[in-house]
This record gives sequence, C-alpha cells and structure tokens, in this order.
Amino acid sequence: MGEGHHIIPVWFFIGVLLLIYGVLITASGIYELSEPPATVLGNLRPAIWWGVLLIIIGGVYVYYFMPRKS
Amino acid sequence: MHGDLTAFVAGPLGLLLATEAGGEIISLRTVDLAIIAIYFVMVLGIGFYLKRYTKSGEDFFLAGREMTAWVAGLSFLSANLGALELMGWAAASYQYGILATHWYWVGAIPAMLFLGIVMMPFYYISKTHSVPGYLQLRYGESTRALSAVSFAFMTVLMSGINMYAMALVMKVVLGWNIHFSIWVSSITVAIYVAMGGLFSAIFNEVLQFFLIWLGALLIPILGLVEAGGWSGLVARIHQNFPQGDYTHLWRTMGGFADNPMGIHWTGIVLGLGWVISFGYWTTDFLVVQRVIAAKDLRAAKMAPIIASYFKMAVPFIVILPGLLGLALLPITLVPESAVGPGQHSYNEVLPLMLARYCGPGLLGLGITALIAGFMSGMAGNVSAFATVWTYDLYRPFVRKNATDSHYVSMGRWCTILGVLVSIGTAYLVMQFKSIMDYVQALFSFFIAPLFGTVLLGMLWKRTTPAGGFWGLLAGTASSIGMWALVKADPSKLAWIALSPHAKDMAENMYRALWSWIICVVVTVVVSLLTRPKPVEELTGLVYGCTELPSEGHLPLWKRPIFWAGISAAAFLILQVIFW
Repeated sequence: MGEGHHIIPVWFFIGVLLLIYGVLITASGIYELSEPPATVLGNLRPAIWWGVLLIIIGGVYVYYFMPRKS
Repeated sequence: MHGDLTAFVAGPLGLLLATEAGGEIISLRTVDLAIIAIYFVMVLGIGFYLKRYTKSGEDFFLAGREMTAWVAGLSFLSANLGALELMGWAAASYQYGILATHWYWVGAIPAMLFLGIVMMPFYYISKTHSVPGYLQLRYGESTRALSAVSFAFMTVLMSGINMYAMALVMKVVLGWNIHFSIWVSSITVAIYVAMGGLFSAIFNEVLQFFLIWLGALLIPILGLVEAGGWSGLVARIHQNFPQGDYTHLWRTMGGFADNPMGIHWTGIVLGLGWVISFGYWTTDFLVVQRVIAAKDLRAAKMAPIIASYFKMAVPFIVILPGLLGLALLPITLVPESAVGPGQHSYNEVLPLMLARYCGPGLLGLGITALIAGFMSGMAGNVSAFATVWTYDLYRPFVRKNATDSHYVSMGRWCTILGVLVSIGTAYLVMQFKSIMDYVQALFSFFIAPLFGTVLLGMLWKRTTPAGGFWGLLAGTASSIGMWALVKADPSKLAWIALSPHAKDMAENMYRALWSWIICVVVTVVVSLLTRPKPVEELTGLVYGCTELPSEGHLPLWKRPIFWAGISAAAFLILQVIFW
C-alpha cells in the first residue's frame, strides 16, 4: 500500500511490533523455567514457542518490508 | 456488530454491560504492562508518521484511495472485530453453544460476497466518498440528509457506549480505574486519527487484526489439547450439560421452543442472514469506507472476499473458547442476574480462559489484543463520522465552496469533536444506563430499511428519488413503531415473530425483516407513481445503465468471482459439517 505516497508499508510496522513482543514473551517464558506460572498446560511452555513464533513472523515481515533506499 | 454492534449483538453487549460484580480476574506483571505500553507508543508513532502524508481531502477521508485488496480487506474485517464483539460472542457461545456461530457465518459470509461481487462496482465507479454520498447521487439531497444525520449522530453515540462498556470490562477484568481507561484510550485515538485520518485508522486496524489473532489463538489451541480434540470437547460438553444441544448449528432450529435462543430458522435465514447481515455489511459506512479506499475496482471487489475467509475462521478464536469453557471450566458460569459471591457470569468466560492458559507475557498480549480491538473500533467510528459530517452535512448544507484544506481541517477538528462527544456519551451512560438500550435500538432502526433503499437504487433503474426517500422513511418509522409496541407490551413480540414462543433474540430478526419489506414495498409503489430519472443520469449508479469493466482478460485465479465461489463453497461445507 501507499505506493503513490511511498509510505512505509503497514506490514513493516506489524513486523517490528511482533518482533519486540516475541523477544519479550520468549524472555518471559525462559524466566518461567525457574519460576513456572500456575497455568493449565504450563508444562508445554507456551510462552517460549509462542514467543519464538512471533519472532519468526515479525522477522520475516521486517526483512521483506523494510524500507530500502533503492 | 457495528464496530460497535447494532441489533446484531445487542444481547451480548447488554450482558457485558451488566458485569460489575466481583473482583478482578487477571493481574498483570511488568512484562504485560510493557507490552501494553509498547502498543500505545506504536499507534501514536504511526499517527505521527502518517501525518506528513495526509494533505488532501482524499488522503484524510479516503486514505488516498490506494489501499491494496489485502489491507482494505483486513481493515474491513477489523473495523467489525472489536473487543466487545470477542467477549460478547464468547459469552453467547457459553450460553447458547455453537448457535452463536450463525452471526459469523450465515450472518456475514453471503453479505460480504454480495458486497464484493454485486454492489462494490457501483460504490467504486460512482466515485462516491460515502454511502450517504451514493444516496445523494442516486436519490438526491433529502435522502442523503436523512441517512447522513442518522449515521453521524448514532455513530458517535455508539462509540461512547462502547467506550463505557470497554472501560467497565477493564475494571472488572484488570481492576483498572474506569476514568483512566476512558481518557487514555480516547485521547490516544483522537491524536492518531486527527493526525493521519483514514490512513491511520486503517493502518491500526490491520495491526489490530494481527494482535487479535496472535493474542487469542492460544486459547483454542491449548483448549483443544486439554480437551482431547473436537470429539473430546463434544463428549465433555455432553457429560457436563446432558440436557442441551450445544454443538449443532441447524438441528434445533425447527421450532422457537427447541433451542435456547427461542428463534426459528426463518428468523436466522431471512432476518439475520438476509436483512440485518446484508444491511450491515453492505450499507454501514463504517465498514464500507474501508473498501471504498481500495486502489482500484478489482482490489475493492477482492477486499470483502478476502475478509470473508477470515470471517469464517473467527469462530475459532471467539466461539470455541466459549465451548471450551462449557467443557473444561471446573465452575459453572451463571447469568449476570444470578451472580453471587465467588461466582462468575457468562461474560467472563474469555478472560477466565485467558487466565487459565496464559502466564506473564502472553497475558499482556491477550489484553493488548482487547485494547487494540476497542481502540480501532473507536477509530473506525470517528473517522467515518468525520467523513460523513464533513462531506455529507457540512459541505452541502453549511459551506459549499471552501478549499480542500479547509475540509481537511474540518475533518481533523471533527475527529476531536467526535471523541469528545463519545466521552460525554460514556459519562451520560454511566449515570443513566437505560440510555444504552435506546441508543442501540435507535441504531438498529436504520440498518434494515437502508439496505432496501440502496439495493433497489442499485438494481432497479425505475426507482425514483421520491420512492427512495419515502421508502427509507417508512421502513425506519415502522421499525420504531414495532420496537415501541414490544417495549410497551412485551407480549406483542408474538405478533412480530408470529409465534408465542419467540424470545428477545428473535425480535431484532423479525423487526428487521418487516421493516425491510415495508421499505421495499413503499419504495416500489411510490416509484411507480412518480417520474423516474432519465437513464443518462443513472450511469455509473445503477445496474443496466452502467458498463462494468470486463474481467475476461484475467486468468481465472485472479478473478474475484473465482475466489467468491470458493468462499461460498467453504461456507456451505461448514454448514453441513456442523449441521
């Protein structure tokens, strides 16, 4: 979108946000290894693999939609 | 449903708003608060960034008409996918079971496909900036004024009601101060929409789309793991609630008394699936504005078709958590009126499921999804309000020949004014809660008749300006009349729904159906008695008088009709699977 105005695509902003969230949630999940929260199925470590998923999606979006001078 | 619910979700919203008892359900940690704070920084940053690109009226009110099909489609869906929608329908699915899915499938998919294939070409080719703008081109100033005044007025009021409802939810779920929630979220929305106009609103709606899915998706995934898949879920529900059928869509729709909603399949198919759904998805400017902003006709047609696929999947994150609550929660949730100490109501099923599976970090993401849903819904309201006020009321009736920059400035001020009126409405509702029922009812009065007026205007060239105006007025007046009749004497619902077993949920369906029929009949009769517009004045506005661009040169997989066909087939298969 935004070709007419050369606006940074919305997908880039989404990528940045998901990347930041992914890092925070993964870090939180790793911290929980020593202090597990009292949630159902917490033994599956959802924070870690969900955080990693966010990092992957965010990373792909940032890479493909990063504004480039060319 | 209106990014804000019309008659569609009057029930769940009403339930949600009653939620005031009990302590907070979720407590947040530092990482959760950081996730929420980063969201606020991001939306404000996007608003600041987009301000420099929002110079002309077309930029501010129509996002420069350069949205791709994907951006317009996701924004079109997100404008409707608010936080109250999520929580309200999760509660409804706990109460009524899978019947609540009708509002996502038969109550949306056919209408979205119809908008893309049949109606979008006329909205787009006519180059209108709004739905009232189309009515002006087709019927003249009086019909436009009637539609614009009702839309602008009701949009800001509904925005205020939702604002109050959301602040109340934040108080119940998180223990947040109600005034803090109202002011912080409102000021944020006012800033980024006033700066970036529809550009900002659409950007943030697409952002919200991702947050909602990624914030809510863990609940059904982990829930199905815990329940042992769909078959395990069904078995557990039957074990916990052996007296009811919570997992079939149509099997219990044969009679009003056979299902907990108290509605017959004719009400669902004709009232919801035809009149209310088509009225909302094809004529409510809040959602249609997103598609009008598409970069070309093909993108405009594809946008609602793309959205239909995601709409079909939304029950996975909204309805399934309610069903999982029935199957897995160790407590039985109760109606709001029956909540005692230590008990929870249906309305709290989504936060309860969120707290069941999500620890620190994931909780913050889930709550951010709810906040994002609320804020983008509000942004949708105020951006649509600013457009209709500026282009359909201020420009034609107050100041006709001002410069483009003057109208952009008016749009910015209007955005702030719209937010302030919304805040005022929120405080008014806080004092007089019965106002909510009246405002929601008021909004629902216009949806069904407006669909009749727009549909006849697009498809029947014989429809006259007088026919359009009087049909819209008669349909709206009859809707108000039926509502007042049932309000004064609830037993009269049996007249409207044609059954003594009908319940409240059926009223909206049948009232909409009758008011649409009255609108169509009056429009047709008056049109036949009055002089039609010359055919040359209908070019670009009416089927049969407009040359629609051929898509014959496109490969099959690039044609909107191809993807609409697949969406329709998937919709039918889902009905059979969950029959």
